[in-house]
Amino acid sequence: MRKRGREEERERSEAKTGHQLVRARSGSEMKVMVAVKRVVDYAVKIRVKPDKSGVETSNVKMSMNPFCEIALEEALRIREAGAAAEVVAVSVGPAQCVDTLRTALAMGADRAVHVDAGAAPVLPLSVAKILKALVQVEQPGLLILGKQAIDDDCNQTGQMIAGLLRWPQGTFASKVVLDKEKQVATVEREVDGGIETLSLDLPAVITTDLRLNQPRYATLPNIMKAKSKVIKKVTPAELNVELKPDLEVVQVTEPPKRKAGVIVSSVDELIHKLKNEARIL
Amino acid sequence: MGRRRASQLLAGYRQFLVGRPTPSSHEQSISGSYWKLNTWRPCCMFRVSVGTPQASNYLNLGKTYAIKQRSFGSAATDIRRNPAFSKLNADDISYFRTILGERNVVEDEDRLSAANVDWMRKYQGSSKLLLLPKSSQEVSKILHHCNSRKLAVVPQGGNTGLVGGSVPVHDEVIINLALMDKIVSLDKINGILVCEGGCILENLSSFLENEGFIMPLDLGAKGSCQIGGNISTNAGGLRFVRYGSLHGTILGLEVVLANGTILDMLGTLRKDNTGYDLKHLFIGSEGSLGIVTKVSILTPPKLMSMNLAFLACKDFTSCQKLLLEAKRALGGVLSAFEFMDRHSMDLVLSHLDGVRSPLPSSLYNFYILVETTGSDETYDKTKLEAFLLRSMEEGLILDGVVAQDINQSSSFWRIREGISEASVKVGAVYKYDLSLPVDQFYGIVEEMRNRLGEAAKVVGYGHLGDGNLHLNIMTTRYDSDILAQIEPYVYEWTSKHKGSISAEHGLGLMKANKIHYSKSPETVQLMADIKKLLDPNLILNPYKKILDLFAICN
Ligand SMILES: Cc1cc2nc3c(=O)[nH]c(=O)nc-3n(C[C@H](O)[C@H](O)[C@H](O)COP(=O)(O)OP(=O)(O)OC[C@H]3O[C@@H](n4cnc5c(N)ncnc54)[C@H](O)[C@@H]3O)c2cc1C
Repeated sequence: MRKRGREEERERSEAKTGHQLVRARSGSEMKVMVAVKRVVDYAVKIRVKPDKSGVETSNVKMSMNPFCEIALEEALRIREAGAAAEVVAVSVGPAQCVDTLRTALAMGADRAVHVDAGAAPVLPLSVAKILKALVQVEQPGLLILGKQAIDDDCNQTGQMIAGLLRWPQGTFASKVVLDKEKQVATVEREVDGGIETLSLDLPAVITTDLRLNQPRYATLPNIMKAKSKVIKKVTPAELNVELKPDLEVVQVTEPPKRKAGVIVSSVDELIHKLKNEARIL
Repeated sequence: MGRRRASQLLAGYRQFLVGRPTPSSHEQSISGSYWKLNTWRPCCMFRVSVGTPQASNYLNLGKTYAIKQRSFGSAATDIRRNPAFSKLNADDISYFRTILGERNVVEDEDRLSAANVDWMRKYQGSSKLLLLPKSSQEVSKILHHCNSRKLAVVPQGGNTGLVGGSVPVHDEVIINLALMDKIVSLDKINGILVCEGGCILENLSSFLENEGFIMPLDLGAKGSCQIGGNISTNAGGLRFVRYGSLHGTILGLEVVLANGTILDMLGTLRKDNTGYDLKHLFIGSEGSLGIVTKVSILTPPKLMSMNLAFLACKDFTSCQKLLLEAKRALGGVLSAFEFMDRHSMDLVLSHLDGVRSPLPSSLYNFYILVETTGSDETYDKTKLEAFLLRSMEEGLILDGVVAQDINQSSSFWRIREGISEASVKVGAVYKYDLSLPVDQFYGIVEEMRNRLGEAAKVVGYGHLGDGNLHLNIMTTRYDSDILAQIEPYVYEWTSKHKGSISAEHGLGLMKANKIHYSKSPETVQLMADIKKLLDPNLILNPYKKILDLFAICN
């Protein structure tokens, strides 16, 4: 299935003519920017803070959001295929984001930018605005993000930044092919009915789905190389972005606890329970 | 943090919240269909499933294998039944029913056939009765009766033991503590846990982790093995290098003796020098002196920062040097130092689904897993990385990767922990668990490889940090010619190099007549005297550990 919606055509031409035009540098000069978020590790059991204001993050193992890892891997593959010259990893958040960026550098990113936004959570629209400001500085030809972060599951940042930049977007990518000459990215996405294929003119925004690739490990030689790579620190203020909480988290609660199972001693008892307790017969 | 502790994986899949370890919550957690859970529980398939609806599934499996491979144990399994033991009769059964109730006196063939065969499907007994006591008093009544009637019994835990100690040889009554799985108390200041002997190790881990502690031991069989079984085998496992032996962490035990006496040694003190410290007799006694019904154990605090590296080394000498350097450089934070050869790695990659090599495979000869556990993530990581980079510059390490999240750690551990599981998929496996001086550590693997040639696959792996080698020899089926080439050669070699023929798995049935390779006659005699004192009718786990016990005792 191939889709080139009129909407997108319009968006693309606007992006080209609009005053925010960012010309993709052609060929091997192109930069790929990747946003990586520091989140509670996927394997950690989440605990809600007693005051229900959010989830517990102090003394909890934090790691790179798995979808961001996939985004970074894709960027590295694009660079290794010769379609880009540089991969820049960006993380917005507290000081410890530097650890996440170190991981990105150890995986192979060339440079990193840390936007120090303090301890309070930064919501998608703010992140999108920050990324937009950074795009204007860095001028990447491609911006890759995870489709969502596993902590808040917002699934908004990629779409918002594409909207703000008026760039075409390929969300939930399960395959990305870059045509260096034509400056076009072909993105496959898994949709209900099958695979949808989009063709995006660069510069573009891509958000990654789980099946896009399998991220690499940080090897010792790469960890060694990463030691000499730079992590630049900027603040939202320096980027002229004001962090306004446009959403208010009212309450965070745990899902209802699953009751322990019981062992039934006979088929009759099982049927009885299915009928009278589970009420599914 | 939590790497291979599947408890955390469990926690990750939030639908499988594990609460207080009760049988039901455990069942709940393993019966989920998430593939990762299954791959993480190598032993579940073989669990002696007690009162679960899944039981019959794998029982059948056990049956077919068992018959095919019967009596190819490493020790001669054509051991004659001791005529001094009585045979079970209807009165015994009805007596047990009055103590335990109908449900926990199991005569069901399917459930019995699972309990009769060991994890490797190598040893099979023909017990007609499985008893599931719910309290120490019930255990006491059972043993009292068995002792007075001279009925032989085999204590059984998770049945993951690797030396045939947990299954009957003939018609011994099986006593399994699966229903004694309650946590009695946790001293949250000192980290002292008191629980019943049937608690599954992994459930204890999950429980403790929620409270900010961890079990001082961890091993591949954690999803099935019971703490009582761990104590009875004096299991070592993956955290040994950091937290030491159970002889150090067990503070007290409650044990039921052969005559039914409940021996209360359930202290919760770290220091207690009043008289002989008898609990130590039971740690590692493999069910031959009493049944461990309650446990008091010192649990270390859970530390937040865990880092793991998967490394490749050129030769075994580099591995040794790396160990020495790691002990120096990582000191207090070193928590595991595991070793495996290329053959182990290939074995896992070709027999387990979903395992990928973190490094270009088949390129290197030796692999090492180094884990650190500490309290400061950034500091520990910097320290580990500095050590690794230095070792790489010095040529001790050829290549390596450092896990960046728990998922990656789990997949590195999966390789090391999957070796046992992969080895039984080849067909027949002869397992040797040797303690050796580190400089002799790998010699026996190479020698056996040369000795056996094409006839067998020989892999070496283990807890290098503790000088504990696992030598596994695999063939398509059990074969007495092969066995004759392996034994007694391996034992003699070990004895010659001043090693132990059982580092952590125990003697069980497999090495029942091999104790002399590692212990002097005087020592064995004293052991026999102790056995005779505590179990004069020799009903507890007969035919195992010291085969010629009868001769020695009488
Ligand atoms: C995949 C795998 C990995 C393993 N890794 C390790 C490892 O790293 N380190 C290590 O040391 N071992 C390891 N083992 C073997 C180890 O001995 C067992 O996994 C464990 O300690 C046994 O516990 P269990 O409850 O299964 O005991 P079982 O196998 O049921 O019994 C073992 C012995 O203890 C006796 N016993 C059991 N429960 C009691 C009780 N309550 N009172 C008295 N006697 C009892 C039995 O009679 C038997 O002799 C591994 C096994 C497997 C299958």
